[in-house]
Amino acid sequence: MTVAQKYETVIGLEVHVELHTNSKIFCGCSTAFGAPPNTHTCPVCLGHPGVLPVLNRQAVEYAMKAAMALNCTIADVSKFDRKNYFYPDSPKAYQISQYDQPIGENGWIDIEVNGETKRIGITRLHLEEDAGKLTHVDGGYASLVDFNRVGTPLVEIVSEPDLRTPEEAKAYLEKLRAIMLYCDVSDVKMEEGSLRCDANISLRPYGQEKFGTRAELKNMNSFRSVQRGLEYEQVRQAEILDDGGEVVQETRRYDDAAGKSFSMRGKEEAHDYRYFPDPDLVRLNISQEWKEAVRATIPELPDARKKRYVDTFGLSSYDAEVITASKKLADLFQESLSYTKDAKAAANWVMGDLLAYLNAGGLELDDVKLTGQGLGEMIGLLENGTISGKIAKTVFKAMLETGKLPGAIVEEQGLVQISDEGALLGIVDEVIGRNPQSVEDFRAGKDKAIGFLVGQIMKETKGKANPALVNKLLMERLK
Amino acid sequence: MALFELSLQEVHNKLAGKEVSVQELAKESYKVIAETDDAIKAFITLNEEGALNRAAELDKQLRQGGERGLLFGLPAGIKDNIVTEGLTTTCASQFLSNYNPIYSATAARKLEQAGAVTIGKLNMDEFAMGGSNENSSFYPTRNPWNTDYVPGGSSGGSAASVAAGQVYFALGSDTGGSIRQPAAYCGIVGLKPTYGLVSRFGLVAFASSLDQIGPLTKNVEDSAYVLQAIAGYDASDSTSANVDIPDYTSALTGDVKGLRIGVPKEYLGAGIDPRVKEAVLEALAVYESLGATWEEISLPHTEYAIAAYYLLASSEASSNLARFDGVRYGVRADNPDNLIDLYRKSRSQGFGPEVKRRIMLGTYALSSGYYDAYYLKAQKVRTLIKGDFDQAFQKYDLIIGPTAPTPAFRIGEQVGDPLTMYLNDICTIPVSLAGVPAISVPCGMADGLPIGLQIIGKAFDETTVLRAAHAFEANTAHHKLRPQL
Amino acid sequence: MSITIKDVQHVANLARLELSDGEQQQFMEQLNAILKYAEKLNELNTDDVQPTSHVLPIVNVMREDVKKESLPLEKVLLNAPDEEDGQIRVPAVLE
Repeated sequence: MTVAQKYETVIGLEVHVELHTNSKIFCGCSTAFGAPPNTHTCPVCLGHPGVLPVLNRQAVEYAMKAAMALNCTIADVSKFDRKNYFYPDSPKAYQISQYDQPIGENGWIDIEVNGETKRIGITRLHLEEDAGKLTHVDGGYASLVDFNRVGTPLVEIVSEPDLRTPEEAKAYLEKLRAIMLYCDVSDVKMEEGSLRCDANISLRPYGQEKFGTRAELKNMNSFRSVQRGLEYEQVRQAEILDDGGEVVQETRRYDDAAGKSFSMRGKEEAHDYRYFPDPDLVRLNISQEWKEAVRATIPELPDARKKRYVDTFGLSSYDAEVITASKKLADLFQESLSYTKDAKAAANWVMGDLLAYLNAGGLELDDVKLTGQGLGEMIGLLENGTISGKIAKTVFKAMLETGKLPGAIVEEQGLVQISDEGALLGIVDEVIGRNPQSVEDFRAGKDKAIGFLVGQIMKETKGKANPALVNKLLMERLK
Repeated sequence: MALFELSLQEVHNKLAGKEVSVQELAKESYKVIAETDDAIKAFITLNEEGALNRAAELDKQLRQGGERGLLFGLPAGIKDNIVTEGLTTTCASQFLSNYNPIYSATAARKLEQAGAVTIGKLNMDEFAMGGSNENSSFYPTRNPWNTDYVPGGSSGGSAASVAAGQVYFALGSDTGGSIRQPAAYCGIVGLKPTYGLVSRFGLVAFASSLDQIGPLTKNVEDSAYVLQAIAGYDASDSTSANVDIPDYTSALTGDVKGLRIGVPKEYLGAGIDPRVKEAVLEALAVYESLGATWEEISLPHTEYAIAAYYLLASSEASSNLARFDGVRYGVRADNPDNLIDLYRKSRSQGFGPEVKRRIMLGTYALSSGYYDAYYLKAQKVRTLIKGDFDQAFQKYDLIIGPTAPTPAFRIGEQVGDPLTMYLNDICTIPVSLAGVPAISVPCGMADGLPIGLQIIGKAFDETTVLRAAHAFEANTAHHKLRPQL
Repeated sequence: MSITIKDVQHVANLARLELSDGEQQQFMEQLNAILKYAEKLNELNTDDVQPTSHVLPIVNVMREDVKKESLPLEKVLLNAPDEEDGQIRVPAVLE
C-alpha cells in the first residue's frame, strides 16, 4: 500500500505575503527590494530609543483588499499587538502584529485539482511588519544584519487544515498567488521573498477524526519545493507510524537540494511571545463605508474570470484555468478580444505558441513584448487571408521579440500571402517542370509527392503562397 | 544666582532690553552648575560647548531685531530620557552610557525652535523607574534643600536643577508621578499634562500608555509658557491628541471664584504625614478665601491603583526595554559565547536592579497563562479608576490633594524595599492611570523640606489647573522659598 | 500563586537576563511580595468591565503611503558596537 492509501494527510499552510506599498508599514522608508544594506532605514525601523510607529493607510487597505478577495469577513474593530521575542533581525525585540483581532477571518478559496473543485478555508489574515535579513559570515561564526526589509508590510494568511495532498497545497499556493496578483497588492515573488510559506503537516489513518501530531515545515523556496517537501514529509511520517512510532511535534527545515527535512528541535526553544496590545498604536475602527470603498477597488478575480471565459467564449475549463491563473496572461487574452471575435483562436495561440515559447526559454510574460492587440490583429489577418498559418508563426515570433503590430511586421518583411492565381500559376508550372520525378511519382499513386511539390512552391515564394490555392492549382495541373 | 530668581517674563525683558545676553545667561548657568552640582549631582551630561555656540548664534539673531518668544535664549535642562541628536542620552543607564542619538525628540525640537538653550541632560532614575533618583546608575541626585535627602524621582535631576537655580526650567517625564513628586520634594512647580497633549516621540518609553513629558519650573506662569512651547499634535506620535492648544498664560487670571473642588478622602487618609495633611488643608482654606468651594469626595478605587499601575507599567516596560539588546547601540558585553549570551550579558551588565525587577515582573505578568490574571485584570481596574475621575469631574472642576504622602525621605532609607517605595506614589498614580492633567505646587515646609499640593483637572483642561495653581501662588509665598546651597 | 526559583529562571530567560543565584533569590521574594499585593485586584469583580489600553478615544490614526528619505549609512552605524560592510555584526544565531 502506498502512503496515500494507508494514511490521510492533513496540511495547513501559513503564507506570508509582502504588500507592495511605497513606504514601510510604520515609517516612511522605502520598501524597494535590492538596495545596498541598511540604506532604507531610519530611527523608527531601526528601533532606536524613543521612536514611535505610525500606521501606513495603504498597508491597511491592501490587507483589507486581500482579505476580501479571500472571502474573509472584515473586522469592524481591529488592533495591533506586540509579539515579543529576541532576534537580531527584529530591532525592537518585538514584532508589531495582530493577535486576537485580525483584519480578516473565516474566508475561503476554491482550488482545482484533477478536474475537481475543492474549497479551502482561510482561518485568518492579519497585518504585521517584516523582519530584517541575516547573512552568515566567518564560516557561520557571525552574522551580518541588514535592516532594509524591517517594517515592510506583510499579511499572514493562515489556511484551515483542509488540504489533503501536496498537490492540493501547491494548487492552493498558485491560486493564492493569482488572487494577490489580481488584487495588485503584492509582487508575490517567492525568489525575492515577497511570498513565503510554512506548512503544518500530519498524517492520520483514514476514518480517524483526531488529527495526528503535526510537524511544521519551513524553508521552502518555491512552489515545487513546497510540494516536494510535503511529499518527503508524508513518507517520513508514514514510516514512523508504520514502525509504531510517534511523530514528534516540532519545526523542521526542508533542504530542497538534499530533498530532505531536518529537525530544528533543541535549537529553537519553546516560545512564549507575551502578546499584548501595542500601546503606541490606536484601534482601527473599520466602517462599512471604508469597507465598501476598498471593495470597489477589487477587480474581477480569477474564478469569476474563468467562469466567464468558459460561459461566454466557450473555452475549455482547463484552458480557462491556465489563462486566468496569471492575471497578466488573462489581461493579454482579454485585450486581444478587442481586436478579434475568435476567442478560441486567441486562446489556442496563448495556450500553444505563447506558453511553449515562454516555457522553452524559461521566460515570464513580462520578458516578451507581445501585446493583446497584436495577437488579436494577427488572428484577423489570418481570417481574411492576408497571411498564411505558416506566416502567422513567423509574425507571432516577431511580435514576441519586437512588440510590433502584425500589420507592420507583414509589411516590413513583405509577408503578405500570394493569393493571385496568375502569379502563382507561373511558379507552379516552373516547379512542375523542374521536378519530373515527383510528378511521375504522384501520378503513380504516391500522394506524398505532392507535399514535396508544395514545399518547393512555398520555398520559391518564401512561404507567402496561399497554401489552399497552391494545392488547388497543383491538382488542376497534375490531373 | 540672582539672575535665576527672575521669572521667564522678567529675564525675557532683560534680553529684549539688551541688559543681558544669551551667552551671559548660558555662562551663568554653567557657573551655578560648577558651584552647586558637586553637591546635588543634577546633571549627567553638560552641553557646554554646544550651548555656548548656540547662545552666540542666538545673540546674533537677537541683534537682528524682531520679536522673540518667551523661551528665547533661556538656559534649560532636559531629562536624560528625552533624546537629543548629537548629545549623549543615557536614561541614567550604564547600557546607554555611550548612546549618541541620531534624531531629536519632538519636545526637544520644539524647545529649540522656541529658542531655548539646552544646557545639559539631567539625572533621573534609570529608565524613569523609581521615585528617588537612587536608581540612577551613575550617582544619585540630592535634594537641594537637604543633600541627605532624595530629590524624588524619576525626574529628580530636573527638579533639583530648577530648585538649585542652575537652569530656568527643565523638561521631565511623568509615568506615575515622576514630574509631580520630585517637584513637590524640591519645592518647585511640576506639571504632568493630559496624556496625548505633548508628543512622546523621542521620549524613551517606560510605560507607553502612561508616559508624558512636562515642564518643571519655579512658578506657575513659567510652567504655562513652557507647556505652550511643547504642547500640540505630532503626526509622529499616533497617541498624540489632535486638539486646539489654548493660550495658557492668558488663562492665568487669578480668578477662582465659583470653582468647585473635590478633595478625595483617600488622599488624606492613613499613611499621610499629618504635616502634609495640614498644609493641604491650609491650601484649601486659601481657595475658600478666594471664592472657591471644596468638599470631601471619594475616589473609591484608589487603593487598587498602585497594584494596577505596577502590573501595567512593568508589562509595557518589559517590552519597551527589550530593544536594549546590545545589537545596534548601547554597551555590548565583551566576548559573548554566542548570541543569546550577548543578549544576557549586555542586558544584565547594562541594567540596574530596579530595571531588572520591573522587567521580571512585567515579563511574568505577560507570560503564557498569566495575562488575564494580571495584565488584563489591571487594564480593567484602570477602567474603574478612570471611572472614579470621570464621575468626580461631573460635579467638580478640580480635584485637590497632596502630591506625595510625605516630604522627601533620606537617601538609602527605602532602598531594598520596593513595595514601600511604590506606595509613595499613591496620590499621583491614579491620576496617571486616568490620563488627566495635574500640577504640583509648593504649599508648605516640614522640617526644612518642601510639601507639594497636587491640583488635578479634567482631560485637556490644563487652563483651569494652571489658573487655580497660579491663583494659589499669587496669594501665598511658598514658591518664593529657595534652598540655601 | 507563588513564584518559584524555576519560574524566576524561566522569566529571566524570556527577558534575556542573566541573574546570579543571589539575584534569583531576591527577585523571587520581591516578586512574590509584589504579586501578593497585586492579588488585591481580585477583590474587584471586573467581569463586565472593558479593559483600558488607551485613555483617549483616538482611533484610526494613519499616515499616507509617502516615502521619506532614509538615514545616511554613517548615522545608521554611528552607535553600532560592531559592524562589517555596512551591516551590524553579531555572533552567529545558533542554527
